[in-house]
Amino acid sequence: MTKVNVFVTLRESVLDPQGVAVKDALHSMGYAEVSDVRIGKFLELTIDESERDLDTAVREMCEKLLANTVIEDYRYEIKEEERA
Amino acid sequence: MKFAVIQFPGSNCDLDMYHAVKDVLGEEAEYVWHDEADLSGFDGVLVPGGFSFGDYLRCGAIARFSNIMKEVVKAAEAGKPVLGVCNGFQVLTEAGLLPGALLRNRDLKFMCRNVTLKVENAGTMFTAEYAEGDELTIPIAHGEGNYYCDDETYSKLKESGRIVFTYSGDNPNGSVGDIAGILNEKGNVLGMMPHPERAVEKLLGSDDGLKMFQSIVKEWRESHANYA
Repeated sequence: MTKVNVFVTLRESVLDPQGVAVKDALHSMGYAEVSDVRIGKFLELTIDESERDLDTAVREMCEKLLANTVIEDYRYEIKEEERA
Repeated sequence: MKFAVIQFPGSNCDLDMYHAVKDVLGEEAEYVWHDEADLSGFDGVLVPGGFSFGDYLRCGAIARFSNIMKEVVKAAEAGKPVLGVCNGFQVLTEAGLLPGALLRNRDLKFMCRNVTLKVENAGTMFTAEYAEGDELTIPIAHGEGNYYCDDETYSKLKESGRIVFTYSGDNPNGSVGDIAGILNEKGNVLGMMPHPERAVEKLLGSDDGLKMFQSIVKEWRESHANYA
């Protein structure tokens, strides 16, 4: 079994109003040094052994479903194999 | 003319859509469940609003992989009119039938009220009964209706008259170029956030949406007149 962590965030060119609201809240708490907040999604996939190339498969999953590349960027980390 | 009203788990404007075409317009309509695999007997496809699959992941992202969507794509390719309203618009963009995407409203609020729409292009099969510049009162009800596309796509849409409706005056969600509804390149797929199906009877506050459905039906009758 392999764990894959996928991170999906809005593209830089896309305004993130949630991030702006959180940044404003942090500012009102006194953390003036926070210059930007971007909110995204974190997906943790557990993937069983298969014939498929893991890297190719995860990239396909991201491109087709997990992220909408019109508005979102994604990156992923393949974690070390874990014995169940 | 026979319409298919697509139903996903979580659709909630399906009955309004059905009511508009069946009871108000007097055309034929049938509900089609998302796991069905045939739309060949229908002349037009209506993808209604709601929260398909609970809006999980992204609005429309799961619905887009429903069995029936392959058929919706086929219907679009065959030139049949396909109308996606609200969540239906989101589903059509996720499916790649329309460019761009719908983001969270600029003010992060779910907006449910009447807006004023401006008809930007009255030369489409969805708007032929209107005149360019007509202002319509149509309700919106969405939290993620902020239409986004890159600059290049926007210029293309604008130059080719594919921006069919814009918000007049107040833009409720922050959409690019005040866009409320867009058309595909071929001109037979329309996606819009406002709900014309909720504005087909004076009793309910406005019947400004009626002409959209009348336009679709009229165009269909004219193009099928020889076979009648």
